[in-house]
Amino acid sequence: MQAGLNFDGYEMGTFYDEMFEAPGVARSGTKLLLDKLRSLPPNELLTRQAAAEKVFFDLGITFSVYGHEQGTEKIFPFDIVPRVIEAREWNFLEQGLKQRIQALNLFLDDIYHDQKILQDKVVPRDIIETSAGYFPACQGLNPPLGVWCHITGTDLIRDENGEFHVLEDNLRSPSGVSYVLANRQVLKRTFPQVFSASNVRSVDTYPSQLLEMLHSIAPLRQNRPSVALLTPGVYNSAYFEHSFLSQQTGIELVEGADLVVHDGYVHMRTTKGLIKVDVIYRRIGEDFLDPQVFRADSLLGVPGIMEVYRQGRVALANAPGTGVADDKAVYAYVPAIIKYFLGEDPIIPNIPTFICRDPKQMEHVLANLDALVVKAANESGGYGMLIGPASTKAEQEDFAAKIRHDPRNYIAQPTISLSRCPVIVGDHFEGRHVDLRPYVLYGNDIQVIPGGLTRVALTKGSLVVNSSQGGGSKDTWVLGR
Amino acid sequence: MLSRDADAVYWMSRYLERTSNIARFLDVNWHLTLDVPEENGEQWRPLVVTTGDHEDFQARYPEQSPEDVLFFLIADSRNPNSILSGLQSARQNAFSVRNSIPTEMWEAVNVFYHYVKDTCARPETIIREPERFCAEVKWRNLMIGGIASDIMANDEAWRFFNLGRLLERADKTSRIVDVKYFLLLPSLDHVGMALDHVQWAALLKAVGGFQAYRHAFGRINPSKVVQFLILDHDFPRSILYCLTEAQQCLHNITGTRIGYFSNPAELQMGQICSGLSYHTIEEIFEQGLHEFTDDLQMRLNVLDRAIYDTFFSRFPAIDQSQQQ
Repeated sequence: MQAGLNFDGYEMGTFYDEMFEAPGVARSGTKLLLDKLRSLPPNELLTRQAAAEKVFFDLGITFSVYGHEQGTEKIFPFDIVPRVIEAREWNFLEQGLKQRIQALNLFLDDIYHDQKILQDKVVPRDIIETSAGYFPACQGLNPPLGVWCHITGTDLIRDENGEFHVLEDNLRSPSGVSYVLANRQVLKRTFPQVFSASNVRSVDTYPSQLLEMLHSIAPLRQNRPSVALLTPGVYNSAYFEHSFLSQQTGIELVEGADLVVHDGYVHMRTTKGLIKVDVIYRRIGEDFLDPQVFRADSLLGVPGIMEVYRQGRVALANAPGTGVADDKAVYAYVPAIIKYFLGEDPIIPNIPTFICRDPKQMEHVLANLDALVVKAANESGGYGMLIGPASTKAEQEDFAAKIRHDPRNYIAQPTISLSRCPVIVGDHFEGRHVDLRPYVLYGNDIQVIPGGLTRVALTKGSLVVNSSQGGGSKDTWVLGR
Repeated sequence: MLSRDADAVYWMSRYLERTSNIARFLDVNWHLTLDVPEENGEQWRPLVVTTGDHEDFQARYPEQSPEDVLFFLIADSRNPNSILSGLQSARQNAFSVRNSIPTEMWEAVNVFYHYVKDTCARPETIIREPERFCAEVKWRNLMIGGIASDIMANDEAWRFFNLGRLLERADKTSRIVDVKYFLLLPSLDHVGMALDHVQWAALLKAVGGFQAYRHAFGRINPSKVVQFLILDHDFPRSILYCLTEAQQCLHNITGTRIGYFSNPAELQMGQICSGLSYHTIEEIFEQGLHEFTDDLQMRLNVLDRAIYDTFFSRFPAIDQSQQQ
């Protein structure tokens, strides 16, 4: 290809393309970017792609590939052509996310107090009580400001008509925001002119907003509370993110063994003795948080921390117990939850969802396994999934058996043709399916970071974007006007 | 700062300094063998003694050839003190504290590690001509030192970084003085001969002190060289200089004035420093240079343990640590 990378022969297929509205015709928000890409000298784009990858490698934003001696390291695949979201689209998403988070937070507070929504039979009680994310030990807890889900990363997808849907609510400890910030830093260097001309909204205030939010939930509302991020440690796959957020916010990065409950408060072990901790941003699951209350075999947690929390002497973000609201069976009820607590219709629609717990719906699912996406209710990361149209008969039979064995734990959805973005593949561009994970902070108020992680299914035709399944990412440009 | 973080910064720094010392020793030795053709690797084996790993070396390398020494000290991942292992440990420690050190420092260590790992994957090249590799290790360490002094806040992390570096350097200087002095001892009879001169100059070059020595003393004189390496007030790799600076770091961490102690680490450090500060080189020779360095290394080990107990231990008795 003489001109290096270009869009000759780029096929949009039958999908919604994030860059083009018709073959060769840019959408209004991507016009500047496309002009720039077309004006680059031959091979310039590949040179910039390689330079961007080197930055990630040198900064050690990598993961280890096992099975190789000496631990070969790779960066998370990153495509330098950004995904653009126009201002009006973003305003819609922002409204929708705020509405959804507000309702889910009220739902959590209700579930761990009076359970009115269960009494009114809007959500079936057994779904809650059998949820792996529901912790009876959290009953009656009163988190500061009444906020349970301080940090959320909601997965959104776009169908073939370009309409946004919520795919999943991630209310436990969603990861990926560090890649939003790192991708942006690299992209600014890669396309400086077009970046400044495009009026892209900044994501760089995220660490400050995160810090403000963590300060806002401090038990005594002190001026400068002591804040720590609790990580499972260096072997955790999200450790880079933990370390990055700690560095960007200046809060301590602690492991369970660095913390100790003493005299009714949580302390960290320092070179100058024990120092009290007021707020903990936890990046470990609540089941590992306190061996006295949850899993007794946990070595990652802090014995006694839940009692300190119950006494209101330490704040935890997110509050323990939030996982019940992102159970995939509960997901089906979120439109009803929004209606129940806010009296509003959902702004961003759900994907229609069949709940296998209902015998009639289960029969429908079993009869249509080759067309549906089936998901285990308590799994994440792209695990425990059947993508009907891409599956074999044997896989379908395997899932049919699993569904019959434990119907409560399965849901099914129609296969959505996710929107696509152009991605550099060798010496040309090809369309690949993407999703979008924006991040929402909830302290004194709800803030949506204008941007998010665009995850890309790098395998041709694949609909699975999770990084654990070979997905990559792109920078996401939200335009200011 | 967190005890765990302080521990990691201290060890990151020690491991880096260790690689720098090995690279310097190897580089000087390689140049020396170009000048003075040798038999049977007589010049090389003592280097393994300076790192304290000669038993492991003898067991695994019966021939003990010069190539064996180079491989063992540079690229042998089974030797915990090889340059490769040192970088692995330094990088692992840096990784666990990359939130508390400057991004530039983490990046420098990370890129350094990848350079060493990739180069050591083809050890033949380095062993044939170690010069470029050793220079690279030396320069990259100097750069990390520059990052520490130019952009790191002078906070606790910085003090533990310096403390680790200075103690490691004092230890390595004492080892090379000990080993090299005994190797050169027979030639004391013909002081002034060309060969002898080259050897003593090499010892100074190994710690980067040749020019500084020339300025201070002019002629090469064995006992002056030893005095320079142990007791010099101005040369940043002399043992006394390193330990006096290290003592200052330690007291800056705790806030205790020098001359007093508030913990076992300061007590041990004070005893070592006053012993060194108020002795002449003649007294050291009288005691026996080997006895002196042996005793010093033993005291440095005790100091290292005291630092661990005072600052890094993750399970101190709670009542004790409540004092502040």
